[in-house]
Amino acid sequence: MTSSLLFNITTFAYLISMLLFFVFLAGRAKVLGTAAIAVAYGGLLAQTVAIGLRWKESYDMGVGHAPLSNLYESVVFFSWTIVLIYALLDIKYKYRVIGAFVMPFALLGMAWAQLGLNTGIEPLVPALQSNWLLYHVITCFLGYAAFAVACGISIMYLIKANHDESDHKSGEAGIMGMFPPIKVLDDLNYRAIMVGFPLLTLGIITGAAWANYAWGTYWSWDPKETWSLIVWFVYAAFLHARITKGWVGRRAAWLSIVGFAATIFCYLGVNLFLSGLHSYGGGK
Amino acid sequence: MTTQQKDFLHSLWDFFCSLKLTMFLLISLAVISIIGTVIPQGTPPEEYLASISLAKIKLYKALGFFDMYHSWWFILLLYLLTVNLVACSFKRLPHIWKIITEPVKVLSGALEQSLSNVATIRSSDDPAVLKEKVAAFLKADFAEPEVVEADGAWHLFAQKAPWCRLSVYFVHLSVIIIFIGALIGSLFGYKGFVNILEGESVSKIESRSGKQLDLGFALRLEKFSVAHYASGAPKEFKSILTVLENGKPVPDYTNARVIVNDPLTYKGITFYQSSYGNAGNYFFTVSDLDGKNPVSLTVEGKASVNLPDGSSMHVLEATRDVSEFAKDLSGPAAQVELHTPDGKAESFVVYANHPELNLQHAKEHGKGPVLHYKGAEERMYTGLQVAKDPGVEIVWLGCLLMVVGIYIAFFMSHRRIWVRIQHGAVTVGGNASKNQGAFQQSFEGLVARLTTDLTKEKQP
Ligand code: HEM
Repeated sequence: MTSSLLFNITTFAYLISMLLFFVFLAGRAKVLGTAAIAVAYGGLLAQTVAIGLRWKESYDMGVGHAPLSNLYESVVFFSWTIVLIYALLDIKYKYRVIGAFVMPFALLGMAWAQLGLNTGIEPLVPALQSNWLLYHVITCFLGYAAFAVACGISIMYLIKANHDESDHKSGEAGIMGMFPPIKVLDDLNYRAIMVGFPLLTLGIITGAAWANYAWGTYWSWDPKETWSLIVWFVYAAFLHARITKGWVGRRAAWLSIVGFAATIFCYLGVNLFLSGLHSYGGGK
Repeated sequence: MTTQQKDFLHSLWDFFCSLKLTMFLLISLAVISIIGTVIPQGTPPEEYLASISLAKIKLYKALGFFDMYHSWWFILLLYLLTVNLVACSFKRLPHIWKIITEPVKVLSGALEQSLSNVATIRSSDDPAVLKEKVAAFLKADFAEPEVVEADGAWHLFAQKAPWCRLSVYFVHLSVIIIFIGALIGSLFGYKGFVNILEGESVSKIESRSGKQLDLGFALRLEKFSVAHYASGAPKEFKSILTVLENGKPVPDYTNARVIVNDPLTYKGITFYQSSYGNAGNYFFTVSDLDGKNPVSLTVEGKASVNLPDGSSMHVLEATRDVSEFAKDLSGPAAQVELHTPDGKAESFVVYANHPELNLQHAKEHGKGPVLHYKGAEERMYTGLQVAKDPGVEIVWLGCLLMVVGIYIAFFMSHRRIWVRIQHGAVTVGGNASKNQGAFQQSFEGLVARLTTDLTKEKQP
């Protein structure tokens, strides 16, 4: 068994899980929801083993390092963290349908990584040879994943809120009946960000600590750093929106979506469109 | 002070305390920070300046866009955020302090109305006995209660972790501590750069603003080396450095190894591996296409030299053994860049052991001249980044406070339980500062256990 075979199985599992979630949403049969989450868990397990295997394979090749060193590996890890955070949320709160709005992000990541990116294992360039890489990347991506989940929940919130407003009578029928009430969605959105914000804060701090250790400056306003701060500002605004009159509900949901868009730009856009110190992630 | 002035000061205070201002500032900071990620900061590269119009350059300069994170308007927003933070905290702290230090211990009707978790247990026991039982239960199950008698009723009050209400203020304080650390760094620290040749020592460095700074000691480069992976990609850049005080090596800082991600710190000044190069001479011969008129040529380090035909060249990189990069070839080689008199530039490799390749290259490019590489006298230098930042510890302290504070603010909560014993009824009320759902569950559990506790002992 090689890691690349397992990664293909993972991608396939996420595809099946997502489709099952869609059918579950339309058909409302409970067993479909259980099947969808079971397949997602299976995919998560396969992916966990695959990441471990790839780690070992890099040692067998004599360039041993954690599988977090280029764009392919980071996208795979991002997809893993998304499913992980969703699994934790599912175990704790049991609002299964959220999977229909979260699994597409995980699938998108895996599909892009497997089809569009260079999957080779490469040796680490000197700039990345540090344990800080591990702390920094893991905290950042766990934070990003929580924001992805929050974004999925916020989209559900907006759909549900629009629907509730336009059509009161049939509120319980059809697909909308499957959605948790908007109050619950609002709360889940907050809870996901409550997980993501401290992790992003840690991610920025470990990045600053690493920069200080390696370059003697903990902050140099390079585009990647600045964008991570922009993301941080948006979610800080989200947290304060909840205690500000006139900012709850829809506006908070939009802030969460904008926050995730900024997160994705920070992760991918900066490398594709802007130049800076973080050559990492740019390797095609 | 007139009432008008008072009103003005009052609304100014309210303005600075308001969360609407916080929202405005956080979102504005997020949006305008984008500018500096699109426009290059510091000294923009020539190609960038050439790609935009002169009017734009003037405008950007006037607005401070080339150094926007230090521009007055960006700093002003940060100051406003700080004032907002301090004002808001000052306004709310007394109230929070009161909740912590002077808790409401009596479960009045009004308080009962405001609580979302309330339950009543009926019991015909003597109130004084009930009071003892409930007190013992709360002590064992939740926290030690305080008991007061008021309006002919017994009131019990117990609480857990009241101090975690302060965590938000510690998060806010941490932002200010980080700002203070950054300010100290920018006032009393510096960033600089120094090149040291193998075997030589320096005691002065050049700061980023171009000033010469005295280190107070000297630093000698013993050796610089580069290691490669089998593929030719760089693996390690290594400087061996010795710190000298009054010309004498300092024992623990002799032959210290500095590589990327592993710097050397001495007396609060840190040296980081940043770049390197060869300052030694490279040797070439230049001839016509038919091999006539050979001239030997010496290139000093990175300097540019003129060739007999009027073009100029400089060395980009050189190796002692080209087989690391190209399997079929051997011997020394140099990558050079050639600028012809008609303004064309090209970069190519010149070999020592493969004159035929040098000739072939020249032929393909027309009339010559032909370059042959003769090897180099190696004299490596290392480029070190130098930094001194006395504020950095304070920044880390602020970061630590922020992370701990956020964790407590999000995942811990101040929980309170009130009990009133009156008219054969035990009324229990509960409240948590955070995480209502989880608290509701534990409240229901507590009431259920209390109910069995109070009813079971009636049997015998
Ligand atoms: C970068 C700056 C800031 C950061 C990182 C920050 C962080 C936080 C955090 C993490 C919370 C807890 C939120 C929650 O429990 O959901 C909070 C609450 C709060 N913040 Fe900030 N904040 C900042 C700026 C401000 C400013 C400028 C104000 C000024 C008005 C402010 C006022 C408040 C208030 C009133 C609360 C709620 C306190 C409570 O629930 O008792 N914050 N802040």
